Amino acid sequence: MKERLSEEVMAMRAAKELEAGDSCNLGLGTPQLCALYIPEGIQVQAENGVLGYGPLVTTDNAEMADPALMDAGSRFYTPAPGMSFFDMLTSFAMIRSGRLTTILGGLEVSGKGDLAIHSMSEADEYPQIGGAMDLAWGAKKLIVTMTHNTRDGKSKIVKELSLPLSSPECVDIIVTDLAVIEVTPEGLVLKEVAPGWTVPEVQALTEARLVISEDVKEVEL
Amino acid sequence: MGGQVRDKICSVAEAMADVHDGDVVAAHCWGACGTPGYLFRALAARGANDLTFCCTNFLPAPPGLEDIGYPDPTVLLPQLKKIITPFLGTRAFRGVLGEDFLGDRVKSGQLEVDATTHGALMERLHAGAMELGGFYSPVGLKTVVEKGKEKRVIDGKEYILEKPIRPDVGLVKALKADKLGNLVYRGSARAANPVIAMACRLTIVEVWEVVEVGELDPELIVTPGIYVDHVVKIPDEDPASAKRVEELFKNFARELVGFGTESGDSQGGQE
Repeated sequence: MKERLSEEVMAMRAAKELEAGDSCNLGLGTPQLCALYIPEGIQVQAENGVLGYGPLVTTDNAEMADPALMDAGSRFYTPAPGMSFFDMLTSFAMIRSGRLTTILGGLEVSGKGDLAIHSMSEADEYPQIGGAMDLAWGAKKLIVTMTHNTRDGKSKIVKELSLPLSSPECVDIIVTDLAVIEVTPEGLVLKEVAPGWTVPEVQALTEARLVISEDVKEVEL
Repeated sequence: MGGQVRDKICSVAEAMADVHDGDVVAAHCWGACGTPGYLFRALAARGANDLTFCCTNFLPAPPGLEDIGYPDPTVLLPQLKKIITPFLGTRAFRGVLGEDFLGDRVKSGQLEVDATTHGALMERLHAGAMELGGFYSPVGLKTVVEKGKEKRVIDGKEYILEKPIRPDVGLVKALKADKLGNLVYRGSARAANPVIAMACRLTIVEVWEVVEVGELDPELIVTPGIYVDHVVKIPDEDPASAKRVEELFKNFARELVGFGTESGDSQGGQE
């Protein structure tokens, strides 16, 4: 069985999408890992009201945990120079107004760039939206990192969403454990494939039809 | 300053006496940071029923930490008929309170849930504070959020009508207050607390420290006291006091850090 990209490598590849001077918001799950790989000078925002926080506290430096320094994933962070605090009205104006490059997880992305992220499963009767709809709708650029297939092997990149829609036509780039795909008006363009994988193999594991980029290459870090 | 100034510092029992059956109660609720857990327990003790609880998230305390001061909104569950929240931590609840505890209540009609987004919730509270009739928002179009709401095209763009929320009671957490009710916060514990203080008809605040009028730098006051009705200083012996929280973070740092990691993994975008 061929190896797929690890979560760490996906996070590294997604972080490469950030440009100097960007401010970003990192969703829960794999996107949180991107914090380890983002270039210097990029400020990270958290929905509960902080921009420009430092590295997260880990169990190795747990004594640094401060009850007032907690991000949106209930993780404690360390302070950093240039950090600012604000209330959540200010925070969501930032989020909705195209000022942030955002990296989110995803459950499904459609051929048009529709995103499903807020529902844990089809059985859940009450959605868990949080800030995901605001983040997806308002992002300057939206990168989605997710595994290419579900545990049952179902494609998460689909013609039409089977899960409830979180935000229509919002995704710009999809980074999976098999490929990097750009959402364009011409469709989903396959730009990069994981080392050892061929274009037909990736297409076979993808429900939506992929447009093959002329210069498709191996995933570059 | 001449004349009499109303001292807003009072006992928690006095503050809670103004909460009544059927009230809409709003609070910031986001784990260990900025959540008025002391007032949650005080409201549970007060016992008002049929409450609607409007909160940023509804998440239980991590197992074992609820008794040592970690804010826990689940103490209010028996009093609630409705929850307005963008995030109901059902997966976390399955671990803490047993399989589908909340789901069963929702399915049987005992508990109503109004789903919204964090951004919409903030602006709905803000609209309440400004006495607006509502506002048009583009976020949530074509999703569960637009269900049952009026839509309108403005300058060629489609929007959904979001109604304001004007809660009867706000439970707020701040770092310090003076006797006028002026508030300062710390770090990301500010969060939704200032907008909740503005939006509610009655605002009750829990603080670690009360100072004299004039001690807070007017440049740094975030919530002017005019938005505040009652200030309660958390007693030193309570698990939510400054001293006890400091001890909690000293003695349980690894557990607290570990929980953040787990709760994060259980949310959006992960299977």
